[in-house]
Amino acid sequence: MEILMILTVGVLFTVATYMILSKSMLRVIIGVVILSHGAHLLFLTLSGLKQGAPPLLGEEASAYTDPLPQALILTAIVIGFGITAFMLVLAYRTYKAHKTDNLDELRGTEDE
Amino acid sequence: MSTLHLVALAPFIMAIFIPFFYFKFRHIHTGWFILPLPLILFIYLIQYLPLGGGPMETVERSVPWVPSLDIHFTVFLDGLSLLFALLITGIGTLVVLYSIYYIANKKEEPLNNFYVYLMMFMGAMLGVVLSDNLIVIYVFWELTSLASSLLIAYWFHKEKSRYGAQKSMLITVTGGFAMLAGFSLLYMMTGTFSIREIITYGDAIVTSPLFLPAMILILLGAFTKSAQFPFHIWLPDAMEAPTPVSAYLHSATMVKAGIYLVARFTPVFGGAPEWFWIITGFGLFTLLWGSVSAVRQKDLKGILAFSTVSQLGLIMSLLGLGSAAVHFDVVDGQSLYTVAVLAAVLHLINHATFKGSLFMVVGIIDHETGTRDIRKLGGLMTIMPVTFTISLIGIASMAGLPPFNGFLSKEMFFTGTLNSTTLDIFNVQTLGVIFPAVAWIASIFTFVYCMIMLFKTFTGKHHPERLEKEAHEAPAGMLISPVILASLVIIFGFFPNLLAYTIIDPAMQSILPGLLEPGEQFYVNIYHWHGLNTELFMTMGVVFFGSMIFLNLRKWQETTFYLKERDPLNWFYDSGLVGLIKGSTVVNDVQMTGRLRDYFTYMFTFLVLGMGYMLWNTGALAVDMANTADISIYMYIITLSLVLATVVIPFVSSRISAIVLMGVIGFLVALLFVVFRAPDLALTQLLVETVMVVLFLLVFYHLPELKKETFKPAFRLTNLVISIGVGLVVTLTALSAHALSYENPISPISDYFVENAYALAGGNNIVNVILVDFRGLDTLLEVLVLGIVGLAVVVLIKFKAKKGEDV
Repeated sequence: MEILMILTVGVLFTVATYMILSKSMLRVIIGVVILSHGAHLLFLTLSGLKQGAPPLLGEEASAYTDPLPQALILTAIVIGFGITAFMLVLAYRTYKAHKTDNLDELRGTEDE
Repeated sequence: MSTLHLVALAPFIMAIFIPFFYFKFRHIHTGWFILPLPLILFIYLIQYLPLGGGPMETVERSVPWVPSLDIHFTVFLDGLSLLFALLITGIGTLVVLYSIYYIANKKEEPLNNFYVYLMMFMGAMLGVVLSDNLIVIYVFWELTSLASSLLIAYWFHKEKSRYGAQKSMLITVTGGFAMLAGFSLLYMMTGTFSIREIITYGDAIVTSPLFLPAMILILLGAFTKSAQFPFHIWLPDAMEAPTPVSAYLHSATMVKAGIYLVARFTPVFGGAPEWFWIITGFGLFTLLWGSVSAVRQKDLKGILAFSTVSQLGLIMSLLGLGSAAVHFDVVDGQSLYTVAVLAAVLHLINHATFKGSLFMVVGIIDHETGTRDIRKLGGLMTIMPVTFTISLIGIASMAGLPPFNGFLSKEMFFTGTLNSTTLDIFNVQTLGVIFPAVAWIASIFTFVYCMIMLFKTFTGKHHPERLEKEAHEAPAGMLISPVILASLVIIFGFFPNLLAYTIIDPAMQSILPGLLEPGEQFYVNIYHWHGLNTELFMTMGVVFFGSMIFLNLRKWQETTFYLKERDPLNWFYDSGLVGLIKGSTVVNDVQMTGRLRDYFTYMFTFLVLGMGYMLWNTGALAVDMANTADISIYMYIITLSLVLATVVIPFVSSRISAIVLMGVIGFLVALLFVVFRAPDLALTQLLVETVMVVLFLLVFYHLPELKKETFKPAFRLTNLVISIGVGLVVTLTALSAHALSYENPISPISDYFVENAYALAGGNNIVNVILVDFRGLDTLLEVLVLGIVGLAVVVLIKFKAKKGEDV
């Protein structure tokens, strides 16, 4: 199952990179979102996908899935969400101010 | 802290008080307050001279500075240091006196600046010659470069002054850095920064592979400072400085710092053929080049600048020849080569005296006539008789005519070069013939520019209409310093043995230690009449051919060689500097495009190449199929949907579909979290994804339409290649990491959390216990992140920049 997940993550990374390299600001943001999905899944995968009970002690199982990566991913999800929200608003303001979302046209002046 | 430390530091302390003198006593020339200091230092230093005969006692005092790095401010006074310190303070006194009359006490002259820089320079120079620690020497060395540049650009409103200051700074500081590197190599070889201790390591240094690099780097420092070919080009441009500065820095002291360094390191490196050849070779070539270039100059200070270059080359070559005496093969004929060192020390003193006086004389001429151009000057002999007399003495000495001191050192120079042809080490017999020949030709040119200087300025017809001022004799105060120096030229000329055992012998003992038994002294006897020997005939030849060339000056005056003034090597410096600026602009423009995509391209490319190389090179590439969990059939469906939704995204060209697809991806990820038994994650992911989609939809109306990307095919292909590369590298790394984690299993710390979640924290949800109890700090800061984002969003939306305000 790990191999399958890693391949999936690879596809997510490829598409994310492709999106980040584009000119449109919105596409870059979408790329970043996909990239964070890829990173979260990679994290989970590499900590081992062994079967076990959810990390809830009430289950009284013999084995639990690893709780630490889950905690870390939870933190990452929230931070990623914050960053995405901020970028989205930033893109909105940039578009309002400059009437373009083409990154090539947002290059700044010549003497900079 | 001893009195000797104070000698080096006193000028710096003085510099602090100069602005006070300047602003408090406006009507008194600030120089008067400075004058006593170098004089006192000079008198203080004289007491160390072995006036009563016998060898000089060396003095050493140490003050720790950075003891842990073996850096001590150690002052060490031996013959060589004393010679230089006396030159610095003695000529310093005369220069300060001269400058009081030269730079008028007018409101617009920032005298405080001038004297602060001058004192800074004097202190730095004393520090260089008195220090024993290499790092301390380097510190003072760079201070002299700094002070010199400040003094050259004293009239900083002139463009030429700034150009000259920048040039001297760039060249001497480059050399200084090289020297520092050389010092570091010496430290690596010996483990000490103290020169005297380094000298005792003789053999260890000579056999070390670092010997040659260290030597060349240190020589780079010495050659740039002492204006040796091809680094001499800064010196003529430094003539934009006020004349007292040129007299002091660019003839008598700073340019001799390199000479000092070479003399100081002769016991360390001397005896090696490389040292002999490099110093002698460059010295002689500089001598020739400088004397030939001086002939072309039309500006009196230009002539003197190239003359200084040439004479420094002479001293340098003598030190090179003299270093042969250190060679272990030379035992019997040592005195043949020590003569060269003797000549070097003697000429060092002579040059300081006559060149100092000549610069001052040129300053007087400039001051009283308004020009230094030899094409405008002429017939000043009867108008300025005192100036003329001083010039005559100085120029005759420079040309090497009896009975002045220049004659003595020139004769000895010829002796030194002639001796070198008999040298049976370093294969000199074959090439050695060149030495006296070059020396002789250079002397002829020296004679020629001396004649030009003298006759073009003082004889011929006087043209008052060409001058900016009415020419008249200088005030007495201005003449004191050059008169003193000119008297020294005569005194040393007639009674050279005044110097012999007081200063020359101690200096020679410092340059060539170990050649003498303790208590012995070098046989120093300088006299005018050697009998009818080769040297005398060479001097006669110089006078004869020099006069012939000068008398036929008219014939070759029109040649392009004579008409051009600037050194051809300046072309390399100027175009090098321009090329450097242009080159860096080109490089900058190529990589700093300002396009986000280009920067991402660099980063991703580096990531792919770097990680790919590491994977390949360390052989970490591995795939482990054995230790994987089983795949249920529904897993294929979920991952396939995820992959499909993702792959379609780049092809979508409408906003709403892109947002919906992102939602699909997010929910599929949440589903995966469910599958992998992470209920909290699934919950959060669902919520976050929902909010995100809502957010996207909120700004939906305001967002721009997703235009079809109009990339060129090549562009699109690069993107594709890079992204596939990134995906591949990430996949391979993840596969290898997965495989390796089973090769070297480490038990996860999660067991601890599982065991203690309830016992220690009283919670059953382990993930939540980790979040708020075991690793609560993460959560706290994550909350902070969300808070900051919230504030930032509010500011971004609410804040409207006023018109004209920079956002």
